Amino acid sequence: MAQSAVIPKSMTFGELGATLAFAVLALLSIAVAAKAYTPEYAFHAYLFAAASAAAVFKIIDRYLDRPAELPPPTVDGKPNYNFGPIKFATVAAMFWGIAGFTVGLWAALELAFPVLNFDLPWISFGRIRPLHTSAVIFAFGGNVLLATSFYVVQRTSRARLVGDLAPWFVVLGYNFFIVVAGTGYLLGITQSKEYAEPEWYADLWLTVVWVVYLLVYLGTIMRRTEPHIYVANWFFLAFIVTIAVLHLGNNAAIPVSLFSPKSYIVWSGVQDAMVQWWYGHNAVGFFLTAGFLGIMYYFIPKRADRPVYSYRLSIIHFWALIFLYIWAGPHHLHYTALPDWTQTLGMTFSVMLWMPSWGGMINGLMTLSGAWDKLRTDPVLRMMVVSVAFYGMSTFEGPLMSVKAVNALSHYTDWTIGHVHSGALGWVAFISFGAVYCLVPWLWNRERLYSLKLVEWHFWIATIGIVLYITSMWVSGILQGLMWRAYTNLGFLEYSFIETVEAMHPFYLIRALGGALFLTGALLMVWNLWRTVNPGTVGVPTARAAMTPAE
Amino acid sequence: MGLTMSLWTKHYVLERNSIYLVIGILVVIAIGGLVEIAPLFYLKSTIEKVGGVRPYTPLELVGRNIYVREGCYNCHSQMIRPLRDEVERYGHYSLAAESMYDRPFQWGSKRTGPDLARVGGKYSDDWHRDHLASPKSVVPGSIMPAYPWLAATEIDSNHVADDLRVQSALGVPYTAEMVAAANADLRTQATPDAPDADALVKRYPRAQVRDFDGNPQRITEADALIAYLQMLGTQVDFKLYDSKANIR
Repeated sequence: MAQSAVIPKSMTFGELGATLAFAVLALLSIAVAAKAYTPEYAFHAYLFAAASAAAVFKIIDRYLDRPAELPPPTVDGKPNYNFGPIKFATVAAMFWGIAGFTVGLWAALELAFPVLNFDLPWISFGRIRPLHTSAVIFAFGGNVLLATSFYVVQRTSRARLVGDLAPWFVVLGYNFFIVVAGTGYLLGITQSKEYAEPEWYADLWLTVVWVVYLLVYLGTIMRRTEPHIYVANWFFLAFIVTIAVLHLGNNAAIPVSLFSPKSYIVWSGVQDAMVQWWYGHNAVGFFLTAGFLGIMYYFIPKRADRPVYSYRLSIIHFWALIFLYIWAGPHHLHYTALPDWTQTLGMTFSVMLWMPSWGGMINGLMTLSGAWDKLRTDPVLRMMVVSVAFYGMSTFEGPLMSVKAVNALSHYTDWTIGHVHSGALGWVAFISFGAVYCLVPWLWNRERLYSLKLVEWHFWIATIGIVLYITSMWVSGILQGLMWRAYTNLGFLEYSFIETVEAMHPFYLIRALGGALFLTGALLMVWNLWRTVNPGTVGVPTARAAMTPAE
Repeated sequence: MGLTMSLWTKHYVLERNSIYLVIGILVVIAIGGLVEIAPLFYLKSTIEKVGGVRPYTPLELVGRNIYVREGCYNCHSQMIRPLRDEVERYGHYSLAAESMYDRPFQWGSKRTGPDLARVGGKYSDDWHRDHLASPKSVVPGSIMPAYPWLAATEIDSNHVADDLRVQSALGVPYTAEMVAAANADLRTQATPDAPDADALVKRYPRAQVRDFDGNPQRITEADALIAYLQMLGTQVDFKLYDSKANIR
């Protein structure tokens, strides 16, 4: 108590400012709710009001409970890492992962059995498909990125996260954005730009969250006690900075009114198409690639206990990757009304992109040099290494599909869906699973995972699921593409459109089975993580299964 | 050797200064986007010169917004490619000019169902009404969800003028007269034998005025969506279109 006599307790600038800002937002939201044009928008306004009020309450409550002094950046000369927000994002990632995979499975089943739409607006395919894509990319993937980037930047900078409330604001604010976006789709609030469906007010909110994210991240790097910025952080920084640019460019819209969820984009037609796929393809390039390469560059060397294979390769492939990726968008618009010169540029750069992509793959895989034996004994490392192999496969398939002659067949078909999932399930989800399997014991101070055997099962079930998914989509995509362009020997189109739809049914079943297996694997993972954090009383952890490396 | 050594050590600057690193990233990622996007706004060849393309009527615009709301673009493209089978199946390949007032564009990326760029006039209103209420009733093999709520939901047209006003601020050629008449035009278009039909058609050439959903008493979301679908791809008269004049 003598301490509090020395340092009088007072609210920090951040606490005071955030309390005031949230109080104003709560009042504004209530005013908007009262005059909202639609009940759906009023619901969102009330959500904002409730969340803001909760934030005010929580900040004050936290202030009253905390000691006068904020947690110091170092304790006894060692960095005093801030793991709270990381734990939250890790749990959120698994929660949204299960939700997103489940919705994906449901959407797949709706295509096989349309009766599952139940004639209800909220679960009809057109509304839950964006729910699925946003849930897996932004909710699951985004929380994995928040958790791992905040962990990696602290560890590799040997510094505590900057800010007291700010890291919490980033994590909670981001998840609030997810809730607004997801409920919006179900209620029919969307601007229909793929992977950027949320409307103007959700976009504004995300912009604020993202700026704080960048500031916390950069601030922590600046506080580092290491002379160099570690390579994983280059990738995380490129991800954060570029997503900000893309988000602003693709969501430049004017709301119809403060009281309407509807907005109109400032770009139109062909320019809007180009801006959309400049955004869309680089959501892949920077959210799903650069960010997850950041994960690769920390977690694979750490888990394999080997240094990154080549420092120079990482420099070359980093700059080449981010330079080339930005050009690749037009390959989503081959043979459309986009001018030919733009399509040609898009195709050329997409083919060139193959090289830095494989540079990253080689750097990841070769990091295993001298530690390949660990693949036999450590299913977590195996998951991450297989993810890099999938990365290599889908970054070969992508350039192939960006060639106009190939694209003429593949575009508009399930081949694209299969391609996306080989990257999303094989690369993004597997590297995420691997990273979370590493993180949970580290964050919760557990010696090891509850069961490596379960990881083994997860790995194989999910791998079989991925193989079923992508092979069925290859077959259905190529089959449908060929059926569309098939002619009889009299020179007539051979198939009506509906015949090509009916031919898809068996493949939609196989795809759904693949998705179900992938979901099953993820459920095993949740159980495994739960038991890792809460060893509980049920039986003895299968520690005996911890394998000994082959001599 | 000396040169490469120095290049590698020069990279230290970026590795040691986070602000330089961020600036470097920004510069590198700006180039591709600028080169590909900026010229589309000033190269005159980007959008073909062609007659007939007009802004959406208020009813069509509301219908379009329902199309967006229900996520139709997830399964239907509106972009016919200049490939033999597509042109034979769907009609003339799509022009950039045909979507120049589209905010946002609806070209789509997947054809779980057929392309809709020229679906206008291809089926009757009755067909569309039945198809939206129960796709299998007219296409037994269809896997499209049913949208029974559209015909059951009346349109709230009170704010449609706001939509036109914002679009006009963004450059869509809606006149002050069109904005002022928006609400009335919406009702006129869905009313058979409406007295103001001529004024509407004058403002929006070739607008189709009739009851679309089979229920003249009410103006429903089905009215608006069908009005939108029935105008898709019908604006340009391809008998008069000179494709040679627009080689890009």
